[in-house]
Amino acid sequence: MPRVTFTRNLQRHVECPPVEVSGATVAEALAAVFAANPRLRGYVLDDRGALRQHMAVFVDGRAIEDRIGLGDPVADGGDIHVLQALSGG
Amino acid sequence: MQSDSMHVATRKGLFVYQRSSGGWSITGRHFLADNVTLSLVDRRDGHLYAALDHGHFGVKVHRSADGGASWQEVAAPTYPEKPADDPDGFDWSLQLIWALEAGGPDEEGVLWCGTIPGGLFRSADRGDSWKMIRSLWDEPQRRDWFGGGADQPGIHSISIDPRDPAHLMIGVSCGGVWVTTDGGATWRVRSAGMWADYMPPERREDPAIQDPHRLARCRSAPDHLWVQHHNGIFRSTDGAATWTEVTTAAPSSFGFAVVVHPERPETAWFVPAASDEQRIPVGGKVVVSRTTDGGETFEVLDRGLPGVDAYDLTFRHALDIDSTGERLAFGTTTGNLFVSEDGGDSWQAISHHLPPVYAVRFA
Repeated sequence: MPRVTFTRNLQRHVECPPVEVSGATVAEALAAVFAANPRLRGYVLDDRGALRQHMAVFVDGRAIEDRIGLGDPVADGGDIHVLQALSGG
Repeated sequence: MQSDSMHVATRKGLFVYQRSSGGWSITGRHFLADNVTLSLVDRRDGHLYAALDHGHFGVKVHRSADGGASWQEVAAPTYPEKPADDPDGFDWSLQLIWALEAGGPDEEGVLWCGTIPGGLFRSADRGDSWKMIRSLWDEPQRRDWFGGGADQPGIHSISIDPRDPAHLMIGVSCGGVWVTTDGGATWRVRSAGMWADYMPPERREDPAIQDPHRLARCRSAPDHLWVQHHNGIFRSTDGAATWTEVTTAAPSSFGFAVVVHPERPETAWFVPAASDEQRIPVGGKVVVSRTTDGGETFEVLDRGLPGVDAYDLTFRHALDIDSTGERLAFGTTTGNLFVSEDGGDSWQAISHHLPPVYAVRFA
């Protein structure tokens, strides 16, 4: 089962500890996370269901390519990291 | 009754001020370190609302039923799916909540929300869910709107007619003034008389591309309206059927905010900046300009305001007036908060170190 970890910056808004879920793509894995944690969805995806503009998702250390459909595959024991781009002020 | 309380939405939190015998002080600090762009005090049921823009994580709405002691996240408006062949050059996706108002006095639970990129939404359940007003979104002239102050157009002013909650007027940058008299089922653009100096001559008077920065309605004379526009000040006395330019403002007619006296439609206040190209106070002097005769003449009010090397800018939602018309307050980009208790004749700075202020509302 892939493991999904979220940036600490999200933790201050929504509880989202690392979690193992089933899924063969990033979309499937995140859908499983959001099914159990619906409030989290809007913090990661925009209202089109695409990855928010300043968020980044890595699978086993590689940035995903499909930011709209999140169709990038993830292996059975893969690591998905949901992180944010930094910006200041 | 004068207002003794106000909410100040800033880039790093929502601050609640209370006035006691000793003066104004902060009595509540909410969403510290978070970007709060608007707040709403719903006088019908006492609920409070805060719109937050988390940037990376998007726009959120929070509601409090206990005066701010605790908050609960509610729904943010969601745009419908954009058809593949739609000509809009931008995504149909919520970028910012730019207007948040309560519905009519007998419509408890009804809220209206204006957004960037231009959608208008209505909730019937205190923000638990929102419905987009498709009739406005699908208006052919909506395609003529474009961004003013942001990459995409936005609704920054929503005014419910105190005589009839089915009558709404909205201000759009850059999209003009729009009116509905049937609760949002149908809309008409009502910017006749406005002109746009940022357009080529053939389009200058196009009503659907005007840039009213802020729209204010006189509560007791609801057909009397004031607009601080991108290139001047406009006034209507016939419910937006026609607008007339007011050219006498001093020291400048450029700015973002405007408020009108709740009982006296000829009295309005503005916070001028030098010009579109120079968005700083004229001569480094923060002033408020006021007319009490419908724009025939203006006074420049500066008592108690910083007059040397002061570069405060006041955003369109950052000036407010209380329900008596005696108390005004404005907050600025440089973190100052000023209050007047005599209709603007004199001011006191009650904070100097706030984060940039986005909105001020008397409670």
